[in-house]
Amino acid sequence: MCTVCGCGDGQVEGLSHHHDDHDHGASHEHGHHHHHHHGHAHDIHFGQGPAGVEVPGMTQERLIEIETGILSQNDRYAAANREKLSALEAYAVNLVSSPGSGKTTLLCATINAMTARGAGPVAVIEGDQQTSNDADRIRATGAPACQVNTGKGCHLDGHMVGHAMKHLNIQPQSTLFIENVGNLVCPAAFDLGEDAKVAVISVTEGEDKPLKYPDMFTAARIALLNKIDLSPFCDVDLELYEANLRRVNPTIEIIRVSARTGEGLDLWLGWLESQAAAKRAKQAAE
Amino acid sequence: MHEMSICEGIRNVVDKAASDPGIARVTRVRLEIGRFAGVEKPALEFAWEVVMRGSKAEGAALEIIDLPGKALCYDCMKSVEIADRLDPCPDCGGGKLMPDGGDEMRIKDMEVA
Repeated sequence: MCTVCGCGDGQVEGLSHHHDDHDHGASHEHGHHHHHHHGHAHDIHFGQGPAGVEVPGMTQERLIEIETGILSQNDRYAAANREKLSALEAYAVNLVSSPGSGKTTLLCATINAMTARGAGPVAVIEGDQQTSNDADRIRATGAPACQVNTGKGCHLDGHMVGHAMKHLNIQPQSTLFIENVGNLVCPAAFDLGEDAKVAVISVTEGEDKPLKYPDMFTAARIALLNKIDLSPFCDVDLELYEANLRRVNPTIEIIRVSARTGEGLDLWLGWLESQAAAKRAKQAAE
Repeated sequence: MHEMSICEGIRNVVDKAASDPGIARVTRVRLEIGRFAGVEKPALEFAWEVVMRGSKAEGAALEIIDLPGKALCYDCMKSVEIADRLDPCPDCGGGKLMPDGGDEMRIKDMEVA
């Protein structure tokens, strides 16, 4: 682990981790200093312990209030990422799914369709435990991609994404796709600074997947029901699939797509465009 | 789910809060964990032992305060408490519930000596 900034074993592809030659930005400052003297949420209050008197030679038990979120450090990195993305008027989605749902194939198809439409610039952060295969696949579409290998980690975190964003040189008004590690559990809890979590599930996974892993589908704003072209061959009840999604998240939007045939991609691209436009309009109004 | 990362997060905060040289060691840490936070207590307790080694909180007692799971029922539009993520609405029996509380993961306080 990096002792300067607390980086885990995660590696940004193609980069040795020299902390002396890059600037971590303001996001780190909160993490490394102790602001005992001024008032924020993690104020430390001494002298509220149970012991009323101090007995020489005996230590006094003291209670220190902390009242801090366990993932507060991650949340600070995520907030810094969100701020940078907003300054660029970029729109970021965090793609979450189980392994094998077709995230990367869908992403390649999405980028190709966006290019054909003349949509704005895109950038991609690929999270996997090992290999740069996915980033290579993305780069083949012509889009810039940065692979983050988490090593043994089961999710991307705000800090890893901040590093990757720096290396990507994101253009103004970009769409940033962050493809999380294939895992329906842990990535639900880690904010990366994205505007929306997008859950990708495939018809081959079984209609009860949302019930088995409710947290991820509760955290997602939209679900892409992928491999829809395979539904006649796998006895899937699509209505039940969607009902189960809405049972764990009554407000979730659902689009049926196929990365292979292109079905539903126009709806998905339309969703992305409308969300990005809404974000820019909101920013302009502020 | 990722109890090791959670414990590393706790160690980060606890190390900072206990950095005062007047604090010899941390004897107890109290957490508030919501029912829907996805935290597995036995896994957290195991990770706790391992992650806190070498810190002022090595050997400290870990106390977990459970916070209830809360949800908004989209059938009767009431805010209700539920024990399990897939429970029906205790009020109207409806099945469309959106959690709106119970995902807390907070360090409440700690006792030091």
